[in-house]
Amino acid sequence: MTMVNLTINDKKVTCDIEDRTNLADFLRDTCNLTATHLGCEHGACGACGVLVDGTLTRSCLKFAVQCDARHVTTLEGLDQDAVMNALREGFHHEHGLQCGFCTPGMLMAARDLLLRHPNPDEQDIREALAGNLCRCTGYAGIVRAVARASKRLSDSKIKSGG
Amino acid sequence: MKPAPFSYARARSLPEALAMLGADAQSLPLAGGQSLAPMLNLRMTICESLVDIGAIAELLVASETNDHVTIGAAVTHAMIEDGSVPDPAHGMMRRAAQKIAYRAIRCHGTIGGSVAMADPAADWPCILLALDAIALVAGASGERRVPLDRLLVGTYETSLQQGEIIRAFEIPKLPPDARATTCKINRKTGAFADSIVTAVHNGQKSRVVLGAAGPRARILENASMSMAKNINGAALDQAISTDIAGMLPEDDAYLKHLHATNVKRAINEVMTP
Repeated sequence: MTMVNLTINDKKVTCDIEDRTNLADFLRDTCNLTATHLGCEHGACGACGVLVDGTLTRSCLKFAVQCDARHVTTLEGLDQDAVMNALREGFHHEHGLQCGFCTPGMLMAARDLLLRHPNPDEQDIREALAGNLCRCTGYAGIVRAVARASKRLSDSKIKSGG
Repeated sequence: MKPAPFSYARARSLPEALAMLGADAQSLPLAGGQSLAPMLNLRMTICESLVDIGAIAELLVASETNDHVTIGAAVTHAMIEDGSVPDPAHGMMRRAAQKIAYRAIRCHGTIGGSVAMADPAADWPCILLALDAIALVAGASGERRVPLDRLLVGTYETSLQQGEIIRAFEIPKLPPDARATTCKINRKTGAFADSIVTAVHNGQKSRVVLGAAGPRARILENASMSMAKNINGAALDQAISTDIAGMLPEDDAYLKHLHATNVKRAINEVMTP
């Protein structure tokens, strides 16, 4: 057991945890933050995407002890985020989810793409989401949702002169 | 699945990491963990204690001189992709990094970890072997310089001793007229390569390296010699076939064709002005 101090969604958390506990289980079971989903538990499905110090991270491949003194942001912590809100609207409008299991990871990966690449084409979107699996196979709607969010964000930037 | 119990400790400096690894023969170094964590989760690897070397400042530096670039072992694929470190190969390392796994993996996976793990299909062992890189290996008794060809041994096997870690790679800069490429065939974007080839050509020296064929990446000696002599057509095809047959553990027509196609693609890219 190790004592860790970390910040999760701007809240300080101190906890005694088993070293082998992965960050995703820690978020879900200890912090009750269940937007982060665990699918494959070996880094292949992308459902467990979070940010550690702002960097896109598979929380099944990080042990919670590794995040001592770091800032973790989950989907719950991005309620007020402009890019995430544009993505939420896009997913809603373009039927970007069916069962919803992959959605948190899709949103995190798509947000990371839009921050690095403001005007991605379909190929860019498909490549950026290649590591996120949708078992409903609803990829067409997901890709359209991300494209819609990207367009909405660039339109609003033009309108606000930014 | 969940990993079996282990103990975890974060090393703050290189000497501290070496002391921790030296004190416990059952310990393993953990850098980005993007290969080790899945193997622990799947219980393909069992480890009693992990020493986290991912946050050691000495392993994160990159520098360059007139003739070579030094890249710290804990530099991530994403740092190379983003151009945060110098590229000794005219942007080829940067382009190759973009095609490793997925961005979330690239943000954590490290160049040193990739080589030390020695997956036969991994990108950096193939690329660094083609670029004549030297691994700077730190151990309890000091540092030794190990050319990639002597570091790579077999499937998940290197010549690193228990307690040693790769500190950095010293990579010669390609001459201005040199051309370099890495060609990868994988059936799913981001998956490990079914075939990976790095080719370098600069007039005097040519080298083509093949990975994901047999236990480790190897220089294709006949094909490299043919490239240097500007030999092409049937003679080049014959050289490539001979090299590939020598690498593959079994006679598989599909794999022979796959690798030959990829090798020809890479050679064509660097030989065509």
